Amino acid sequence: MTLLTTPQEKAELLEAAVKGRSLWDDARRRLFRNKAAVGSMIVLGFLTLMAIFGPFFWPHDYETIYNDRVLEAPTWENLHIFGTDPQGRDLFVRLLYGLRMSLAVGLVATGVSLLIGVIWGATAGYIGGRVDQIMMRIVDVLYALPFIFFVIILMVVFGRNLILIFVAIGAVEWLTMARIVRGQTISLRKKEFVEAAEAAGVTSANIVTRHIVPNVLGPVVVYVTLTIPAVILTESFLSFLGLGVQEPMTSLGNLISIGAREMEIAPWLLIFPATTMMITLFCFNFIGDGLRDAIDPRDR
Amino acid sequence: MLAYTMRRLMVAIPTMLVIIAVAFFMMRLAPGSPFDTERALSPEIRAQLMSFYGFDKPLYIQFFDYLKGLATFDLGPSLIYKDQTVSEIIGSGFPVSMTIGLAALLLATFVGVPMGLFAALKQNSLPDYSIMAIAMAGICIPSLVTGPILSLVFGVYLGWLPTAGLDLGKMTFETLLLPVVTLSLAQIAIISRLVRSSAVEVLRSNFVRTARAKGLPESQVLAKHALRAALLPLVSYLGPACAGLITGSVVVETVFQLPGIGKNFVTSALQRDYPVVMAVVVLYAGLIILLNLLADLAYGLLDPKVKYE
Repeated sequence: MTLLTTPQEKAELLEAAVKGRSLWDDARRRLFRNKAAVGSMIVLGFLTLMAIFGPFFWPHDYETIYNDRVLEAPTWENLHIFGTDPQGRDLFVRLLYGLRMSLAVGLVATGVSLLIGVIWGATAGYIGGRVDQIMMRIVDVLYALPFIFFVIILMVVFGRNLILIFVAIGAVEWLTMARIVRGQTISLRKKEFVEAAEAAGVTSANIVTRHIVPNVLGPVVVYVTLTIPAVILTESFLSFLGLGVQEPMTSLGNLISIGAREMEIAPWLLIFPATTMMITLFCFNFIGDGLRDAIDPRDR
Repeated sequence: MLAYTMRRLMVAIPTMLVIIAVAFFMMRLAPGSPFDTERALSPEIRAQLMSFYGFDKPLYIQFFDYLKGLATFDLGPSLIYKDQTVSEIIGSGFPVSMTIGLAALLLATFVGVPMGLFAALKQNSLPDYSIMAIAMAGICIPSLVTGPILSLVFGVYLGWLPTAGLDLGKMTFETLLLPVVTLSLAQIAIISRLVRSSAVEVLRSNFVRTARAKGLPESQVLAKHALRAALLPLVSYLGPACAGLITGSVVVETVFQLPGIGKNFVTSALQRDYPVVMAVVVLYAGLIILLNLLADLAYGLLDPKVKYE
């Protein structure tokens, strides 16, 4: 095929060959071709911006109580576009705050689980032997703990502290992460390119950072995007049971539990928070699925 | 296989001990006490209570006392409901949670498995996409939303089913239907996704190609060769999921006001009813370990590649 090429075409071919596409470029291209994932990213980006900046531009505040406007249905009057709650507070701005809180819990708790899980799993997998056995034994034991019960115990005994919610949920979500990272690390250790690096005299620290971590990253990224919605759900369960975020601060779960109590007389109190939560979870799950298909395209 | 089972059970003992210890000390070292009532107790009465329940002894002695009691299945009295033992409380809550949980799991399996298999057979077609969209909805719509909505629609608007509550000993089909459906929705979603992805992989594997190449009719290829392998991941999922469901979904029990274990657990934890909280933790941990073992054994029976050393 090179026989008929002009010098110019040859140069182009050469350039293409030199540039090459890394695995990550491939993954990115596949991800951006996935309409559900791209749509989810746009929606989620919009929701996040609204949650962060929306309250600054809204005339109402999340704790201002309007005694004369209790349980008002959605109306343009006074700009209560999503109505008001049983205390007479504007639902729209509370929803923005709730979303902000839920997103924050999701991100921070997942961050905590990522930190513990990756360090734990990579150490166990890379060192191997007895250390690995003991470390994974601990993970097994923790797996058998009724973890939602433990979060509840934590919340009950130490009070409903915001930071504790972050840490408690993160601390129970790291187990699967550790297992994934360990499994990946072990299978990578036996790969030729790691052996080659070892033979070339690369230090252990460099092998871990340059060869192991980038290759473990794929499954970890996928798992992270699927952990965030799981964490948001856990927090909403806690709030639903009255163990989560405390009034007047709010979260999606907290708003939904109020909505569930009032749904017969004020259905908007359930509809708007529930829809927001569903959209958020949908987005994270679609992005997670898209990423998985992009990074590990075996299934499609 | 017997040796394997024995070894697993031997390992389970220290695991249980660790779990009990973690739960015990976490509960006890935390602030608060079961005797914090609205009206402060006089110090004498408080001291009497403490010594009656053995709380005046050093913590590690209390721990060993608890273990001793546990070994003889004596879970002690409830600290809040003075006329009931912990065994009675668990005994009245567990059947409710177990019935709902098992029913939900059965429903989820019987709906989720065919959905997943069908989607896998029609991979990347309209039916596949619609089934996976439904499954995604099942994962994204939490029970704290579906529960109230179902109870509003079928209980209040249509008036077909009771909205909440359950007279003990009278678990009728009508009272259980909504909680079971609510609890099973997410499980249906998870199971159908799990089955789909494993079936997709199996349908592409060499042994299925061989079976087809031998000229077996497609129905036999699916029923005899593909199905068994495709259901393997489900087996290891069902073990822990089962334990989680039968020890009670706290949210569903709260929404439908059912007297199950999950509800017991939250109220007991709030009231510092230590023995009840411990009993639920022990029960759940024991069930997880047992069901995981059963799942692994079932895995071995189904998958000829697995050998127990």
